[in-house]
Amino acid sequence: MSLSRENWISLALLALLLAIPYAAINFGNPFYVTLATRMAILGLAAVGLNVALGLGGLVSFGHAAFFGVGGYIAGIMASHAMSMQPLNFGLFALPASNQMPAIWIVAMLVAGVLAAAIGAISLRTSGVYFIMITLAFAQMTFYFAISWPAYGGEDGLSILVRNQFPGVNTMVPINYFLICFGVLVVALILFALIKNSRFGAALQAARQNEVRVASVGIAPFRIRLVAFIVSGMITALAGALYADLNRFVSPSMLSWHMSGELIVLIILGGVGRLAGPLAGAMLFVMFEFLLGGLTERWQFFLGLLLLGVVLFARGGLIGLVAGRQRHG
Amino acid sequence: MQTALFIEQLLNGLQLGVMLFLMAAGLTLIFGVMGLINLAHGSLYMVGAFACAIVAAQTGSFWLGLVASLAAAAAAGAIIEILVIRRLYQRDHLDQVLATFALILIFSEGTRWLFGSFPLYLDIPPLLQGTVPLPGGSRYQLYRLAIIGVGALVAIGLYLLITRTRLGMRIRAGESDREMIGALGVDIRTLYTVVFALGAALAGLAGAMVGALQSVQVGMGEPALILAFVVVVIGGIGSIKGALVGALLVGVVDTMGRFLLPQLFGLFMNASQAGIVGGALASMLIYIVMAVVLAVRPQGLFPAAKG
Repeated sequence: MSLSRENWISLALLALLLAIPYAAINFGNPFYVTLATRMAILGLAAVGLNVALGLGGLVSFGHAAFFGVGGYIAGIMASHAMSMQPLNFGLFALPASNQMPAIWIVAMLVAGVLAAAIGAISLRTSGVYFIMITLAFAQMTFYFAISWPAYGGEDGLSILVRNQFPGVNTMVPINYFLICFGVLVVALILFALIKNSRFGAALQAARQNEVRVASVGIAPFRIRLVAFIVSGMITALAGALYADLNRFVSPSMLSWHMSGELIVLIILGGVGRLAGPLAGAMLFVMFEFLLGGLTERWQFFLGLLLLGVVLFARGGLIGLVAGRQRHG
Repeated sequence: MQTALFIEQLLNGLQLGVMLFLMAAGLTLIFGVMGLINLAHGSLYMVGAFACAIVAAQTGSFWLGLVASLAAAAAAGAIIEILVIRRLYQRDHLDQVLATFALILIFSEGTRWLFGSFPLYLDIPPLLQGTVPLPGGSRYQLYRLAIIGVGALVAIGLYLLITRTRLGMRIRAGESDREMIGALGVDIRTLYTVVFALGAALAGLAGAMVGALQSVQVGMGEPALILAFVVVVIGGIGSIKGALVGALLVGVVDTMGRFLLPQLFGLFMNASQAGIVGGALASMLIYIVMAVVLAVRPQGLFPAAKG
């Protein structure tokens, strides 16, 4: 794969993201390290959504469900590990762990099962139905989290000590940033591999013309379901990282506002583009920070910006700088 | 006593269903005619509630407030249709979702800017403040009964509008073939604005009526919007009849679930645990109903002629 202009932009964005925290430390502003970590994590969540939305054309308005489930797994595992209580599933019990790799695996497995269930029902439909149904299922998890008091209910769940990563002190902000950055890079490579694989070709073809794909003997449903599951798993991983960043998880991670924001990140950056989600996340976090510092009402201006992008700049940021995509 | 409580909860469910019908009817009409998914419908509901609360506070009359809510929501609907929504009809659903999501942000923050974060309160009009006796000995709020009555009137009115009037004929024609009615000389742009304003007015009416039961605040439209989506999905997108059946189903199932499930679990658990498990399950019940309906009929109960 030769490096197109788009791939150069992706590398440049990653380099920029990596430079932010080091510059911040040099200039004595360590707060920006957290900001950069937020960018990496939200970018990761949006990379996950981009598998379903960008490649598969599946407009999921319920990815907050996976993001929040990832967050809750991190929170629940941390609280059980803290109190030395095994996770009790009725029939069997598992020891809880506060090791991030273990948490990530559990978060992705649980989200994968959830995505399989939601996808199996939602993917029977398409278009507007799909949007509304994914939204409704995410609301279901939201209300469940609120009404289930064992893990904080409406108040959410604090993670007293950030979970551990083997050989790294995760409480040092720059270390935690590097972990998140590493995961993001792996996810971006995975996204590029998927996009250029036979599976990715079928997935994109199913978006462009479902009937033709079916007529050459590929079942769109199965491909979309796999894409939806992979998408949910990556977003859940981001959720687990996000909970550890804030050391707090609450139902707001599951709210429909979150689902909307994840779509917004992709649109700001550019749909289906490798670095679209990252560009969108960086822009969004920066916008939130700068404008949030100026006015409490920053969401009003975010709305205006978003409206402008949707109506007049459909390719997003990457579309503006990298030109049109060669393959729709 | 138990039967009285049961009837009371059933009526509450009907009242919620009627409110959802007013929301869902507009959503489904707009989708059916223009093929547009409108997330900002909840904002129009909020606009109606605020207009009613403010005018009622200024003039002392709930009825003037109600008129104001219809006018304000219809005007807001017409304005956003002309400025924004009109550009979205030819776009895909993703663009529609995003643009109307942006409208929610603008409406919510704009309202907070103008009126502050504190909730406003709206009193039930004196005429409807009493209660009526129910069979079984308890009493029921007259106002909630009135909401059910208004919903029934709106349902009949919409039915007559769509089946018996020239405007209704154009709406039906627009649903089945928009190019053709344009070619036949109907001004489609104005028709779309009128349909959008009509849907907005219904949402505003719902907001104003519910505003007297709850408080009027920013964000009140979003839970109603999402329930209305569930209604529309269950009923079949584009079908007013589906919206009515779906709304009553969702309203009654949700209310009765919250009432009956904790009691059901109470039969084989201790009371506090039953409350938790039953409550958690009840909060998810309508989504489970939706999943079951979709598993059996992916296009909803009353699928409209075209997808």
